[in-house]
Amino acid sequence: MLAHLINGISLGSIYAIIALGYTMVYGIAKMLNFAHGDVIMVGGYISFCSMMYLNLPAPVAVLVAVFVCTVLGIVVERLAYKPLRAATSLAVLITAIGMSYFLQNAALLIWGANPKAFPNMFKNIEAIEIAGARVSPVAIVAIVANLIIMVALTLFTTRTKVGKAMRAVSEDKGAATLMGINVNFTISLTFAIGSGLAAIAGVLLCTAYPTLMPTTGSMPGIKAFTAAVFGGIGSIPGAMIGGILLGIIEILARAYISSELADAIVFGVLIVVLIFRPTGLLGKQIHEKV
Amino acid sequence: MNMIKNASSASKKAFLNYGIVIVFFIVFQTLVSTGNITSALKGQLIPIVCYMIMAVSLNLVVGISGELSLGHAGFMSVGAFTAVIVSSAMGDAANPAKLVVSMIVGAGVAAIAGFLIGIPVLRLNGDYLAIVTLAFGEIIKNILNCLYVGIDEKGVHFAFNNPDALGMNPLGKVVINGPMGAVGISKIATFPAAVILLMIILIVIQNLVNSRTGRAIMAIRDNRIAAESMGLSPMKYKMLAFTVSASMAGAAGAVYALNYSTLVPKKFDFNTSILVLVFVVLGGIGNMTGSLIAAGVLVVLPELLRKFSDYRMLVYAIVLILVMLVTNNEKLKGRIDTFFKKFRMNIAKGGRKK
Amino acid sequence: MKKKLLSLIMTGALVMAMTACGGNGNAAGGNGGSGSTGNGELTGTLKLGVIGPLTGGAAIYGNAVANGTQIAVDEINARGTGFTIELNPQDDEHDAEKSVNAYHQLQDWGVQAIAGTVTTTPCIAVSAEANSDRVFMLTPSASATSVTEGKDNVFQLCFADPNQGSASAQYIADNNLATKVAVIYNNADAYSTGIYQTFKAKAADLGLEIVSETTFTDDTTDFSVQVGDAQSNGAELVFLPIYYTPASLILQQAASAGYSPKFFGVDGMDGILTIEGFDTSLAEGVMLLTPFSADATDDLTANFVKSYNDKYGEVPSQFAADGYDCAYAITAALEFYAAKNGGLDVTGMTAEQLCDILIKVFTDPDFSVDGVTGLGMRWTANGEVNKDPKAVVIKNGVYVGM
Repeated sequence: MLAHLINGISLGSIYAIIALGYTMVYGIAKMLNFAHGDVIMVGGYISFCSMMYLNLPAPVAVLVAVFVCTVLGIVVERLAYKPLRAATSLAVLITAIGMSYFLQNAALLIWGANPKAFPNMFKNIEAIEIAGARVSPVAIVAIVANLIIMVALTLFTTRTKVGKAMRAVSEDKGAATLMGINVNFTISLTFAIGSGLAAIAGVLLCTAYPTLMPTTGSMPGIKAFTAAVFGGIGSIPGAMIGGILLGIIEILARAYISSELADAIVFGVLIVVLIFRPTGLLGKQIHEKV
Repeated sequence: MNMIKNASSASKKAFLNYGIVIVFFIVFQTLVSTGNITSALKGQLIPIVCYMIMAVSLNLVVGISGELSLGHAGFMSVGAFTAVIVSSAMGDAANPAKLVVSMIVGAGVAAIAGFLIGIPVLRLNGDYLAIVTLAFGEIIKNILNCLYVGIDEKGVHFAFNNPDALGMNPLGKVVINGPMGAVGISKIATFPAAVILLMIILIVIQNLVNSRTGRAIMAIRDNRIAAESMGLSPMKYKMLAFTVSASMAGAAGAVYALNYSTLVPKKFDFNTSILVLVFVVLGGIGNMTGSLIAAGVLVVLPELLRKFSDYRMLVYAIVLILVMLVTNNEKLKGRIDTFFKKFRMNIAKGGRKK
Repeated sequence: MKKKLLSLIMTGALVMAMTACGGNGNAAGGNGGSGSTGNGELTGTLKLGVIGPLTGGAAIYGNAVANGTQIAVDEINARGTGFTIELNPQDDEHDAEKSVNAYHQLQDWGVQAIAGTVTTTPCIAVSAEANSDRVFMLTPSASATSVTEGKDNVFQLCFADPNQGSASAQYIADNNLATKVAVIYNNADAYSTGIYQTFKAKAADLGLEIVSETTFTDDTTDFSVQVGDAQSNGAELVFLPIYYTPASLILQQAASAGYSPKFFGVDGMDGILTIEGFDTSLAEGVMLLTPFSADATDDLTANFVKSYNDKYGEVPSQFAADGYDCAYAITAALEFYAAKNGGLDVTGMTAEQLCDILIKVFTDPDFSVDGVTGLGMRWTANGEVNKDPKAVVIKNGVYVGM
């Protein structure tokens, strides 16, 4: 039971980091970035190539991946999403889906269909035992990284000027512009941070489940999106709580109920939560104006 | 006066759609019967019609009722697997009878699924509603992955998550085998039958949209609070559109299933729902003619792109993004318009010179 | 309205452009005869289609088969015997609908025989079409019995599932490898489930105790629950009737859970050592039954592995080997017929004529093929192949025969 719980928290921490990217972009740009899951996959491939072909040490490889994904995030935003700022949210959604297809198929052409086995990055870290249950190195790193990222992001959005600008843009774009905030820059910055986080999530995901394929990011992407909605989309602590709860529910459902129905149970819990709290666990209640 | 004008323009549009379907049918039926068609296109005729039905039925929810649904393929799979069971259970009955009964039962079961799912879903709004439809689509897929159905002379046996629990006698036949899906479906769907179904569905949708009920649905879409204050019940009308749309997807699924000899639940995943949504958005939200054309074109497009071999799906993705950018960005659209104007003028000039 | 119109025109124009430049690729009209050249030789050009997932989640299998077939075709064409093969691989994304589309595309191209399809579900759909159209199919890797059931024109180059399961159980019992066995299988996959079912039945006869049975589906990457269940039930051996990609995840997750039982795999496990970046020490001691091993030293295999490596820069998997053998088996069958019937010119023959010939040859008890996946392969009338699996164990990162 304890072992399952630890596995669940570890998986959930990875979901949470992905979900943070979804939630930040949604909060600011009000768009569901379906290509986010594929940025994770790109992050995985970049760090894989850095380590295997360029023989870079693991921490440098992670930095390279973060850098490339950040640039990718900004480029995607500029090319595909920025021209659609005034368009309907559905048009943006379909464009994001197109971008997701594009990234997957580009990866297929560049890196081929054969899966790559991601090297173990945390060989130096010892597994620890808690009450007889083993906590693997990846789990330790995932949980710690998740906590650091959440605290850092919370401080960033509440204490720094740019972070406050972000919150202002997410409240009201028009008013933010009037206050002299550069909205385009702020949105780009959000995409940059979200994509950088995706790269970190990609590295963790691939280390925990070391098969890297062009479709690696899609299912975790959908699950993390669910986690973001679960916790209340737009809320940073919500994404973390949603991610971890989702991971725990998934692992426990698989262990005690049925591995085929685990996903159905995860989605079922989401539906129940949304019926009682229509904007997620920590989401803001939106009041309708007449 | 204005009302009458609106009504007549609406019915004109409706007749345009019937016309498109009839012309489509006559052209391809002639091509098929005279043998002037590639087998590639011939093999796609029935799926094309199925996707057209999927697109117009999703347009009823997304365009007319204004709710973003990301789980439409779930209803298609309910109809599809129901049709497989029904057609197998009918044994030696005549094929047209099997097809019709399968479609009706498939549509009925999908309607029930739509109604049950609609109860929680339609209480939500916007993106939350979208994510819950996505969740239900995945749940349907997972449940079908655990469903085992067998038929022997005692009748139909069901089992959940345990194929050994079917309790069939040894002569029985397993019709649906969990995640491996249905195998050995008798292929009884025909192109004319699919087109007749499409016609019926178009007639139902267009009469619904132009009726008092349809106007109520659209009023709720445009301003829920105003409509509610006029005494319209949003839940009732949204539910009506959602259930009707689900049943149509079920009927499309029935035809689709009976056109292939095998069917797996995984076919109807999130990606299929998105595919249909792309038809609706590219064809124009609320525009049935657009849905018909977009479904037809986009189902055939990946097949035409086969000569790009490895680059096929990459090209498809780029086309999709470009079309969205061009049609939704004012600046780009303006540039393209002027480009076409110049182009036309150049042609006109060229013509004068000669 | 204008907006919508524009988008429709855009897509419409694109489609027009594509149909316009692709309409004239029809098959060259044949001379209509099943021409015999009189000297017992096989001549002409065979239009061979391959259908498999070249993109999407299962692309690895389709690409391996397409590449393997290509190597064989290159070799056959380079012989200069007057018989050549024109190869046309088509993508089906591991989807029945797309697979049937691909099949129809091949028909428009004038396909005469098909090496495919690679994966089981699409294969069932396509073989139903091919059966009514009378097109010969030799599938490299779709192993479910429902692929060939009731279709006289469909043959398998790989083992049918039931054989592998019982052979594995027999091997484990004969060699006293374990008494407590765990099975982890993919219940969304006909291949995996088929082997599991026969393994279970055979294991019961032989007194092997199955202490843990867990399942997963195609999207699964987290195997902590499955591994944990096998571990807590004290299984000494874990039987993995699955493909090597999930198997590599299971080995890695078992290692990180501190669990090290014996692992026993089937032919799908072959390829695990070729995953780029895979820590082969994890696979140390893994046993598997496979018809093909890239480390075999016989000339046939060594030559194939070398050509494949030169051309594609990787070690061929069992799928590539199956594809390679498919092209050779079809060629061998045509040569067999030509030798017996005073020659054969395949150019312009219809798929139906070739289908009759190939069925006749493949069911002929005198016809056998030596390939990289087995020597003396013979086929039964219901389409299954007879060949012997070899048991190998992984030692120091290479296969060693047992």
